[in-house]
Amino acid sequence: MDDSLALVLFSGTDDKLNAAAVLAAGAAAMGRKVHVFLQYWALDAFRADRILKDHGVAPEAGPEGAAALQRLGGQHWSEILRQAKDIGVVEIQACSLSMEMFGLEVDDLDPLVDGQEGVAGFFLHADGPVTFI
Amino acid sequence: MTTLNITRQIDARGMPCPGPLMSLIGAIREGQVGDVIEVLSSDTGSRTDIPAWLAKAGHELVEVAEEDGFTRFVVRKAR
Repeated sequence: MDDSLALVLFSGTDDKLNAAAVLAAGAAAMGRKVHVFLQYWALDAFRADRILKDHGVAPEAGPEGAAALQRLGGQHWSEILRQAKDIGVVEIQACSLSMEMFGLEVDDLDPLVDGQEGVAGFFLHADGPVTFI
Repeated sequence: MTTLNITRQIDARGMPCPGPLMSLIGAIREGQVGDVIEVLSSDTGSRTDIPAWLAKAGHELVEVAEEDGFTRFVVRKAR
């Protein structure tokens, strides 16, 4: 059985990024390798100058859900990912197509991001099923 | 009540999942073999997460106690 976790992050709202960070941290704590691929709006949220800004919540949250998330508090998802990288093997790669779309270089991204690669490059390392968020 | 000497206490009450577990992992990594760490957590996920991680990582769960609004875990770094 493959014991790695492959997360493809598409959505760039704070609730989804937080859920993804919690999954990555839990998997890393339990000794599973984690491969994260950043596409579209998730990639945009990892820009060095925007990562700590308010990225909103998914539309289904509504005002009540947004307030509940606010009340939950806790650490920012980027900090949870930093801890996950610290305790385990968590590789975060930017999708090169999305990088091109935004006109970004790796230096424009937060240091949490290890590099950029194409989709086949991602699947070279991330064998097993993919979780798409 | 335990008569163990607590080496370090982590008050993670109010911290949502996975904060308490992450704090414990950090303390275990910084500590010495034999250290006894007490974790206070109000996150209900900790009730399953902390024992699961300890079993996986090979450390000892010395005590679990339900207190008023939180759980108290006493853990020994075993390796």
